[in-house]
Amino acid sequence: MSASTTQSGRGAARRRALTGRAIFAGPGLLYITLFMTIPVLLVLVYSFFQRGRFGGIVWEFTLENYVRAFEPVYLNVLSNSLVIAGTTTVFALVIGYPTAYAITRLPKRWRTVALVLVVLPFWTNFLIRTYAWIVLLNSEGPINSSLVDAGIISAPIGLLYTPGAVIVGLVYAYLPLVILPVYASIERLDRQLIEAASNLGASRVRAFFDVTLPLTLPGVMIGAIFVFVPSLGNFVVPELLGGGKTVMVGNLIRDQFLEARDWPFGAVLALFVISLLVILFAIQAAISRRINGTGKRYAAKQVTHA
Amino acid sequence: MRNLGWLRVPFIFTYAFLYIPIAVLVVMSFNASKSPFVWTGFSTQWYTALFNNELIRQGFINTMIVAVGATILATILGTLLAIGVSRYFRSAIVEAYSLAPAIIPDLVLAIGLLAFFALVGVTLSLFSVLLAHVVFGMAFVAAVVIARIGQTDSSLEEASRDLGAGVVTTFRKITLPSLAPAIIAGALLVFTLSLDEFVIAYFTNGPTTPTLPIVIYSMVRFGVTPEINALAALLLLVSFTIVISAQRITRLTDAV
Repeated sequence: MSASTTQSGRGAARRRALTGRAIFAGPGLLYITLFMTIPVLLVLVYSFFQRGRFGGIVWEFTLENYVRAFEPVYLNVLSNSLVIAGTTTVFALVIGYPTAYAITRLPKRWRTVALVLVVLPFWTNFLIRTYAWIVLLNSEGPINSSLVDAGIISAPIGLLYTPGAVIVGLVYAYLPLVILPVYASIERLDRQLIEAASNLGASRVRAFFDVTLPLTLPGVMIGAIFVFVPSLGNFVVPELLGGGKTVMVGNLIRDQFLEARDWPFGAVLALFVISLLVILFAIQAAISRRINGTGKRYAAKQVTHA
Repeated sequence: MRNLGWLRVPFIFTYAFLYIPIAVLVVMSFNASKSPFVWTGFSTQWYTALFNNELIRQGFINTMIVAVGATILATILGTLLAIGVSRYFRSAIVEAYSLAPAIIPDLVLAIGLLAFFALVGVTLSLFSVLLAHVVFGMAFVAAVVIARIGQTDSSLEEASRDLGAGVVTTFRKITLPSLAPAIIAGALLVFTLSLDEFVIAYFTNGPTTPTLPIVIYSMVRFGVTPEINALAALLLLVSFTIVISAQRITRLTDAV
């Protein structure tokens, strides 16, 4: 602080900070509290009460909604959702990681172009992007007809309305969200560490698995969360590409709120998704604290591009 | 490209995977055949059919009302929030809280808002969709503007304050002009997001005022029609134009 700062000067600075907080951040924070925090807490509260006859709620405390989630039919949907969202995440990482790595190797100006091309599809209508796969995977669609023309198959095969189609649709929807954080973590990587590893005699494969991969793990985790969580809560892709045969937790939640009108049970299922999100973020935070302590900046920065 | 080695394989695969489906839709939108799968010749008939589709036209108007309203509100609130968070709070927790609406799963926000609107007695309509779109839109604007503030020098603002200008004057004369590109980019992104947003609109909308994504959803549910290909091509064009302009304005990706 400069020598001219006096007691009253400091008081004025404090007042300015408080006025600044109130004027600038006040309205936004209030809005988020009113239209995000309270609604989400409301879901938590609803999960402990009984359903109303036509939707809504009867204010009588019960744990029945939680017990019901453990019925085999629902456990089955939950585990099925975890498997599909997990498979989607693995595929997205296997495709996304090397792509992100390749982008970091491009000349600077091409890197920007490559990244914009990665995000562009993400900013286009999600339903349209899903619809594209209905066209592609259809029995009369281009994939089937080229396979038949090439003589690989004799008759069109059922690609659409399978769990595979759901996974393809989800990978397609969220791949950009893996590439961006992984790219950011590889870019920030200190190349000298890899050089050091090879100078010490490590092969390129060994250097990758011992140095690059562990150091980029925070970015990989962020990417994995950004694919896994929205895949879990997605009800459009299972419905349109799975043809209603693949039911995921997102479909159940939608049905409880809009069709069965059992909001408390829908709330329990939604809490399942939220708690997974929280747990995964906690794991991610622990990993990045261990590695470099700047995990939060990743998360905040990635939102800019999400 | 040449020095990528074997990395060329996943690199090319990714871009083919991302763009072939889009390209197929655009090509098929000019297909003369009624089947969206078999190419029989060039035609613009699906674009004509699209412009004469009353449902789509009404959905488009509804979507524009929501998108324009949400963009204006989200841009104002998000910009102020970004300045408040980076200049006056400097707290990681407050920053994370401000950006949370952009990270929370859309389905969770959607059911929360449905329950909330029902509890406080807000009738579901385009207005409730607008209120919902502002909350995540604001977080996206805040994220873009916070990133920009991080790159700018705060000494001008400090000088302005040291010379006796108040919070509001400093904001008008110094802060706002330096943040303008980020604010415009943020606004464009919110507009695109709102234009394309389906899940939250689906839960918080009234029954008589479907937005365009809701119209698309009900059409796609009943099967494929070439009209959707034409609509897809147009929406892609709109989104691409807006996002590329936003990128040009801020050079967003330089800040990755």
